[in-house]
Amino acid sequence: MIHMEYYLIISTIMMFVGIYGFVTRRNLLAMLISVELILNSVDINFVVFNRFLFPGQLEGFFFTLFAIGISAAETAVAIAIIINIYRNIRNIEVRNLRKMKW
Amino acid sequence: MDFTILILLLPLAGFLFLGLAGMKLRPRTAGAVGTTLMGVVTLLCYWTAFTYFSAGRDASGVFPTLMPWNTVWLPISGDLHIDLGILLDPISVMMLVVISTVSLMVHIYSFGYMKGERGFQRYYAFLSLFTMSMMGLVVATNIFQMYLFWELVGVSSYLLIGFYYTKPAAIAASKKAFIVTRFADLGFLIGILVYGYYTGSFTFTPGATTLAAAGGMIPLALGLMFVGGAGKSAMFPLHIWLPDAMEGPTPVSALIHAATMVVAGVYLVARMFPLFIGCAPEVLHVTAYVGAFTALYAAVVACVQSDIKRVLAFSTISQIGFMIVALGVCTSDDPHAGGLGYMASMFHLFTHAMFKALLFLGAGAIIHAVHSNEMSTMGGLRRYMPLTHVTFLVACLAISGIWPFSGFFSKDEILTACFAFSPVMGWVMTAIAGLTAFYMFRLYYGIFWGRENRELHAEHRPHEAPFSMTLPLLVLAAVTCVAGFIPFGQFVSSNGEAYTIHIDGGVATLSLCVAVAGIALATWMYAREQQPVADRLARTFSGLHRAAYHRFYIDEIYQFITHRVIFACISTPLAWFDRHVIDGALNLLARGTNGAAYLIRGIQSGSVQRYCIWFLSGALGLTILLLLIR
Amino acid sequence: MEITLELIVFIVLALFIGVSAILAVTTKRILRAATYLLFVLFGTAGIYFQLNYSFLGAVQLLIYAGGITVLYVFSILLTSSEGDKAPDLKGYKLVMGLLATLVGLGVCLWVTLGHDFAPEHFEHGELAVRTIGHALMSSDKFGYVLPFEVISLLLLACIVGGIMIARKR
Repeated sequence: MIHMEYYLIISTIMMFVGIYGFVTRRNLLAMLISVELILNSVDINFVVFNRFLFPGQLEGFFFTLFAIGISAAETAVAIAIIINIYRNIRNIEVRNLRKMKW
Repeated sequence: MDFTILILLLPLAGFLFLGLAGMKLRPRTAGAVGTTLMGVVTLLCYWTAFTYFSAGRDASGVFPTLMPWNTVWLPISGDLHIDLGILLDPISVMMLVVISTVSLMVHIYSFGYMKGERGFQRYYAFLSLFTMSMMGLVVATNIFQMYLFWELVGVSSYLLIGFYYTKPAAIAASKKAFIVTRFADLGFLIGILVYGYYTGSFTFTPGATTLAAAGGMIPLALGLMFVGGAGKSAMFPLHIWLPDAMEGPTPVSALIHAATMVVAGVYLVARMFPLFIGCAPEVLHVTAYVGAFTALYAAVVACVQSDIKRVLAFSTISQIGFMIVALGVCTSDDPHAGGLGYMASMFHLFTHAMFKALLFLGAGAIIHAVHSNEMSTMGGLRRYMPLTHVTFLVACLAISGIWPFSGFFSKDEILTACFAFSPVMGWVMTAIAGLTAFYMFRLYYGIFWGRENRELHAEHRPHEAPFSMTLPLLVLAAVTCVAGFIPFGQFVSSNGEAYTIHIDGGVATLSLCVAVAGIALATWMYAREQQPVADRLARTFSGLHRAAYHRFYIDEIYQFITHRVIFACISTPLAWFDRHVIDGALNLLARGTNGAAYLIRGIQSGSVQRYCIWFLSGALGLTILLLLIR
Repeated sequence: MEITLELIVFIVLALFIGVSAILAVTTKRILRAATYLLFVLFGTAGIYFQLNYSFLGAVQLLIYAGGITVLYVFSILLTSSEGDKAPDLKGYKLVMGLLATLVGLGVCLWVTLGHDFAPEHFEHGELAVRTIGHALMSSDKFGYVLPFEVISLLLLACIVGGIMIARKR
């Protein structure tokens, strides 16, 4: 018997690993990968809650389904932006994006 | 009489049109537009005068005061409101005629005089603005409207004096004129406010009860108003701007600084005359003494000036002094007993406007011919410019008071009024009249006879002015010849009732004798090629001569007071205070803000990751806090 | 607590996910990070399968692993040159990031584990695809046709936006 908490623990770890990546990685694409990790952990949570606490319903399931779709859309746009940035400064390092500073 | 509003609106429209679109037009077109509008305005003024005076007197035997237009423009409180409108009474209608006539002549004259000048269109725009303001001043229905247009007149005078804005002297002169008159206008404004506060209205004719309630404040208010009038009318010691104002184009001098604007002070006193007589006769007499001193001072200075426009400027100051004296010596509003001066003053204003404009326009023609203001470059010009010569002579005779020219009649009335006030005043003014004749003929001989500057004339032969310039001269000369025979007392008198002018035999003989003596002296001293007497006199009284030539150092005194006293003792410390204490405090504030910003701007690093860490820390902190207090 | 096959599978999955996730954010080569992400996504799909949500696992594999990761790889290949390595992390950023992450992890785990959830009742059995299809296309209560349409619009907008942003001017 696997308790719900086990799933929650692994999703929480995934979430904070994503956050760590988001605040430490310099590369925009790596940051985006971290965001994907965060999203995934949330997806797991939804599904787990749905499965263990509200077995007769489908909210968590569909939420995850749509989240996957939306993350696909978000990735597409974000990568378009990153490629645009790359075209402008031949680089996708965060520290070079200082135009908006001060 | 509803059309009278057009008298104000047409020049305004002309100003706006020429000012905004003028540079797109050819100069001649712009001038033609301005002159045509002015011609229409002149016709309207004449028509106004005709209908007004032919409508006749009302039951009490006076010309009624009409207000074809009057609207509340700015309500202040209760009964106190500022109106804008048009008031027609004998003196305002008379002024309309004077202003429109002179203005039209100047418009026509400027065609020739200003030909080829840069900013021809701008010049006509300013002329229109001036005409509008001056008309608005004379038809003001209340003291505040008068003040508004008074300031507008000051502005247009400033603009026109400084017309040659590339010339430092002209800029200095325009600033001087503006600052001096503005300084005087402060008195006017305070006077108006005192008047408005104590009588509760800005009308010229408050009721008897309000007057009684205002009591002792009315003389103060009137005295302060006269300060403003003295500034505009160049009374001593506020006269210093007028001689410098001659830096402007000569037709402008003729229009503004001889015929119209400078008599605004006289007009103001005349407008407030019932109040002066009723509440403050002593203030009125003070104005008389101020006027008399100014007349004497200006006449003495005019005797030794060598710049012909300056001579005319001082003669203007002197003649305005005459007008003020005439108003000031009034002791009642009955023209038969002590009120003659009012009529005399207005009459002299009328005739003086014509012949002084003529003198200035003639001087303009001469300057146009020899390209200089200095008398030393002239002499013997009668051979080259016969028309100018004759008209100038007419004007000189008129201003000297020779029968049958207009000046004789008006000056005679003034002297009669002065003698009626006190013999001393009468004799002094008679002497000044003689002095007037002397310096005017000194000027006349210096220009048209006397020592001719042959070298200069051989090099550049003086020529008669073009027709556009001689026409106004001829018209004004004709007016000068006949204006004296106008039964002026029938139209304007101190209490509004008809007054028949009669020449006082004794005074007339005396003034004629003095005038002839002055002319004879001038002829003896200046008419010939060699002028031994004049040169010897100048040498003998070199100190007096130099002092008079430098206008008795009044300008220097002003310079001393403003620079050494006001600037050094008040302005400099204030400037220091402003620069170091007030600016310093603000700088400190600015630097403090700047420094604080520098301290905290590191937080705004622009790095999303750093924001994210802070956000996370905050969120965590809040979470822990909530968990702890649960 | 007896050790069942389920539990073993779960532990393997969990370890796989955890290690891959940590490697994804710590590896110096960006392409490897994408690969580790792919592993994480596979692991997540495995968890969905284990929860008997096979459809969701399939979607996860299809969209995430099949679509998005490919997108990542392509863009990485476009924007990185060979041998690009992330520099070593140093000082402030590492310490702050690690600290915030660990504290956050601790707080979250503490809260999650300390919370009394409603009694759980795990139902075995596959969620029928027919049920999913009906729910997705129905417009009555518990129907998802509106979000379904909205997300289609969103995807269209993303296609247009992606082209607009990335195209050469």
